[in-house]
Amino acid sequence: MRIRIGALAAILWIAALPAAGQSPPKPPANDDCVACHDATATRPNGRSMAVDATRFEASTHGPMACVDCHADLAKLTEFPHPDKLAKVECGSCHDDVRSKYRDSIHAYGKEIVGLSVAPACADCHGTHDIKPRTDLTSRVYHTRIAETCGSCHTGIKDRFDTSVHAAALKKGDDKAPSCADCHTAHAIQRADTDKWRLDVTAECGSCHAQVVDSFRRTFHGKVTELGFSRVAACADCHGAHNILPASNPASTISKARLVTTCGKCHQGANEQFVKYDPHPNPQDYSRSAVLWWANRFYWVLIPGCFGFFGLHSALWFRRAAQERRRKGGAA
Amino acid sequence: MMPAVIELPRTAKPLHLVRFDRKTRMLHVVVMATFLGLAATGMPLLFSEAPWARVLAMLFGGFHGAGLVHRVFGAALLAGVVFHVADVFWRAFVRGEKGLLWGPDSMVPQPKDFADFYGQMKWFVGLGPQPKFERFAYWEKFDYWAVMWGTAIMGAAGLILWFPVLASRILPGWMFNVALFVHGAEAALAIGFIFAVHFFNGHLRPGKFPMDLVIFTGSLTDEEMRHERAGQYDRLSRAGALSGMVTAAPSPEEKRRARLVGTAGLTLGLGLFALIVYAVVR
Repeated sequence: MRIRIGALAAILWIAALPAAGQSPPKPPANDDCVACHDATATRPNGRSMAVDATRFEASTHGPMACVDCHADLAKLTEFPHPDKLAKVECGSCHDDVRSKYRDSIHAYGKEIVGLSVAPACADCHGTHDIKPRTDLTSRVYHTRIAETCGSCHTGIKDRFDTSVHAAALKKGDDKAPSCADCHTAHAIQRADTDKWRLDVTAECGSCHAQVVDSFRRTFHGKVTELGFSRVAACADCHGAHNILPASNPASTISKARLVTTCGKCHQGANEQFVKYDPHPNPQDYSRSAVLWWANRFYWVLIPGCFGFFGLHSALWFRRAAQERRRKGGAA
Repeated sequence: MMPAVIELPRTAKPLHLVRFDRKTRMLHVVVMATFLGLAATGMPLLFSEAPWARVLAMLFGGFHGAGLVHRVFGAALLAGVVFHVADVFWRAFVRGEKGLLWGPDSMVPQPKDFADFYGQMKWFVGLGPQPKFERFAYWEKFDYWAVMWGTAIMGAAGLILWFPVLASRILPGWMFNVALFVHGAEAALAIGFIFAVHFFNGHLRPGKFPMDLVIFTGSLTDEEMRHERAGQYDRLSRAGALSGMVTAAPSPEEKRRARLVGTAGLTLGLGLFALIVYAVVR
């Protein structure tokens, strides 16, 4: 029964085609587009409107039709088409990315504030030559992404370039963090909010797990773990983009600069003050013998005390219950 | 030969005898209130990974508010203990009061305390009668010295953490690490000790349950004293000093207030203790 209705519908549809008088417009093929958008194609103002077909075909979108993205051209019959085309909507396929981007500071700048320099998809990914981020030539490949972000954030990039992280990336260490590892790729947030300052600790910890563990033992670590940001988190001492090892004199935590760095919050900090260990480990005798002994001491005292009085109470309770039974529940 | 016991007059209503003077009771209330406040405002940091930590901190207005309350209570507790130590020294050395630093009325551990402890252990396992305790039993002296020790250690560490820049004039910075560790470990010990051991020994154990009001009203009946402080009772009656200790029975209003304060303290303390147990076993 269902088949018969389907067949009937098909027949009716085919029969209706000539009756409509004209066939629906056939969308232009990629070759049709390239016929105009060849290497020499320019707008009246002289700006190129060439599309490199070879590069496009080598891109991750190579198998797709031009009109898959330039969707408003699919139904157009008159060519050359008008100058102004509808904006390409990457999110019609990349919906998950679109929803992340929408909440980002970049989308806020672009769509709410109307900031012309705020980036949308193409500003970072390119247009006709988009490569997957795993491709060495991609603008967003792990070791190249800093360059892409740095095309706007030049000051940050200059600072990042001096850091231990950038040096590792240059050496080809693909585990070293680049921009997106801390800031994410699409859901980029303002970095000056309390929430961001605290949340990024987890990013640092995704590589420096033990360092964050030891930080969590400190007053700084505990207050920030509670979600209050008045005290130091990672970047307050180590810097954000210009992170350098303490052995480097330019580092914010180098011997020469430590008093200044601690002094940002602790006014009057001196040489004695900065002997504080921001990453203590009571189990590590070589780091601090006194802390090691304090840890030992309390590991004996606390269980000893509770063990002793736990037993004391239990025995007392049992004996008192016996007494009570003997007296027949009186008193 | 019978000792010369001077019996108190037999009356229809029980006679009440003084155990704690007003100053001592006030000091206990100060220690109790500040201790609870310190525990409640310090625990969010000590157990910062527990799910209730942030909620508890927010009750005091967040990190800033909790820190402020913690410092105020800490200063009050320190002031209370310093006042007490000064008072003891003044009484002992200026006024020349006898029996404060040594003897049956002293808080200083006596040979009898060790004998009492041994006797109590034997009683626990049914090998002897319960010892005749003096004015302060060995577990009460332990409580007292635990508060003294704890306040000294935690007070010193707390002041270092409160004024680190000032402290760094005489101490190296790594002492802040030690101070924080010791402050936390000692806090865990003190909180656990007070809310489990002291609560049990002083209030929750059979015979005292749900609470002993003597620390709030200041007096106990002669019947209670004869049973619980047999050593003190015998000593005082032999010396004929019992009648001088007779005081008015606490009024219903006084008892009501004592019960209210005691219930509030026990409830808050046990509540905080439950949070710790939850954080530890989770």
